[in-house]
Amino acid sequence: MNIHEYQAKELLKGFGVRIQEGIVASTPQAALEAARQLSAETGTKWFVVKAQIHAGGRGKGGGVKLAKNLDQVQELSKQILGMQLITPQTGPEGKKVHKVLIAQDVYYPGESPTKEFYMSILLDRAKACPVIIASTEGGMDIEEVAHNTPEKIIKEWIDPSVGLQQFQARKLAFELGLEGEAFKEMVKFIFALYKAYNATDSSMFEINPVLKTSDNKILAVDAKVNLDDNALYRQKALAEMRDINEEDPLEVEASASGLNYVKLDGNVGCMVNGAGLAMATMDIIKISGGEPANFLDVGGGANAQTVEAGFRIILKDPNVKAILINIFGGIVRCDRVANGVVEAYKKIGQINIPIIVRLQGTNAEEGAKVINESGLKVVSAILLKDAAQRVKEAIGGK
Amino acid sequence: MAVLVNKHSRVIVQGFTGSEGSFHAGQMIEYGTKVVGGVTPGKGGSRHLDRPVFNTVADAVKHEGADVSIIFVPPAFAADAIMEAADAGIKVIITITEGIPIKDMMYAKEYLKAKGCRLVGPNCPGVITAEECKVGIMPGFIFKKGTIGLVSKSGTLTYEAVDQLTKAGLGQTTAIGIGGDPIIGTTTKEAVELLMNDPETEGIVMIGEIGGGMEAEAARWIKENGNKKPVVGFIAGQTAPPGRRMGHAGAIVGGADDTAAAKMKIMQENGIHVVASPALIGETMLRVLRG
Repeated sequence: MNIHEYQAKELLKGFGVRIQEGIVASTPQAALEAARQLSAETGTKWFVVKAQIHAGGRGKGGGVKLAKNLDQVQELSKQILGMQLITPQTGPEGKKVHKVLIAQDVYYPGESPTKEFYMSILLDRAKACPVIIASTEGGMDIEEVAHNTPEKIIKEWIDPSVGLQQFQARKLAFELGLEGEAFKEMVKFIFALYKAYNATDSSMFEINPVLKTSDNKILAVDAKVNLDDNALYRQKALAEMRDINEEDPLEVEASASGLNYVKLDGNVGCMVNGAGLAMATMDIIKISGGEPANFLDVGGGANAQTVEAGFRIILKDPNVKAILINIFGGIVRCDRVANGVVEAYKKIGQINIPIIVRLQGTNAEEGAKVINESGLKVVSAILLKDAAQRVKEAIGGK
Repeated sequence: MAVLVNKHSRVIVQGFTGSEGSFHAGQMIEYGTKVVGGVTPGKGGSRHLDRPVFNTVADAVKHEGADVSIIFVPPAFAADAIMEAADAGIKVIITITEGIPIKDMMYAKEYLKAKGCRLVGPNCPGVITAEECKVGIMPGFIFKKGTIGLVSKSGTLTYEAVDQLTKAGLGQTTAIGIGGDPIIGTTTKEAVELLMNDPETEGIVMIGEIGGGMEAEAARWIKENGNKKPVVGFIAGQTAPPGRRMGHAGAIVGGADDTAAAKMKIMQENGIHVVASPALIGETMLRVLRG
């Protein structure tokens, strides 16, 4: 699960990580008040107005702006709130901005120049332990840095049984070229960050940039936090940070019905039991000349209720021109699934697009018979190859 | 021979009396698996499915000589169950449970390092040695004894591949469902290695998916070891968009190296017969074996 920048910063602050202070607002008026309050609390004269959406690259899309006075705070908030923000990560349709974070200016001049760093903590899957990744190239796209200048990427792996050690934090801070007060601050920052990561069951923290201010403080200017969905049951306060405005409405509806659904942009919908087979079915659709409209795993059950819920969700997508149902009946029998499909179809009434039902496994022949004798406009298939051919025909290929 | 489990394996079920555990224990017994009992803390001393129930895995090992365990314990308690099995001396621990927190698995895997046992899963369909021993949730009837080994991250996609093999006249030795989570006990490479070293296995089907680097690691190992047996490979998720989790916790494209295209390329470069369509797994293996 992803959370917003303002939520992530609050979370980090709770663990002693120094952050760029800010107050979230959903109207230009509230933004103005937030700026006044922030000015009183931190003494900041300038403000950064930051769109709160679950996507990176907000600055590139015009979602992060500097305001040099209170009038500008209100003006910029008016511009950003409600806008359809398009960033390299949102896709062409962008995301609607419901909230802005009014943040203090931390790039003020002082005794030494400011300096931006990159830092993330995430799971190294191969080593099955967390890894801290840091770089002197703050504020940049880290994948690009890794590609062009791999020597500028510093990694420190954490032994899960003992956690982060002092020497590791020192090593990172030295390698980032810090000394004196800033060095000490960075060591503290890294420790607090790791503590937060570990305590919140996170799967990824990305702080880009981490800033050394002109008076040698180290703080998080941005914060991206990804929580482990499997651990939300024991992270109730964090689970409440979920913002369904950020999710596709069809995906929200599907998850309420216990279906695992991801909306895609294609023209052939699919409904499958099992995640691997679902991905493979999407691939089959592509090979047959179509584009998958979704990922949908109905799980092990595949009964009339789940099939009906699946149908309803897929049919709400206006781009869908055909539906491929691909069920491998192992424990669940194909004739039962077929009856479920027929029942769900009848309940929904008229479905105006071709449906291909591919049932394989236990009682596959009986399942095909149920489909073929139903009198519905449904095509059956048993072999995966045949299903691919039927998809091709349905979308106008040969 | 086959690998991991066989007709001599003495299997216990952790989470024996729960609905999942009961159902699948019944199916395993029907398949002929030597299920010697189960573990449900607090129900020790009772009987279930005509087999003894124990309070601890240690008791099951002591009284029944159990050496393989299958875990159906709910996600919040599953890592604990894995560590209990390891501590009791179980040699092969197969974890079906889906949804275990990453941190729990990280600790469990660390704990297992010193125990000299093998973990398969979690979030997997289990392991089956055809017509001998099923320790999992797969439909047993699609498997026929033969010479093809399988390694896969997914359940139903494995069944699909097995079905194609069986229909092409190719039976199986052992199918290993390694699971779709970010942290799993047995990696693709380790499972492939087991099958490469199994004298009965003549060909290997390796099914992966987007996310992580395990297929690439396995592919490089296969080449370094001289491509001793033909491997047919498929990667699910060629059409998956980056950054989106496709059902399995581990199935997410994070960068340029863990896309289906990147993995398929590495597999091809290392002498694996990669199929673009999952419908071609069976016939490709048949063609490759006939040379």
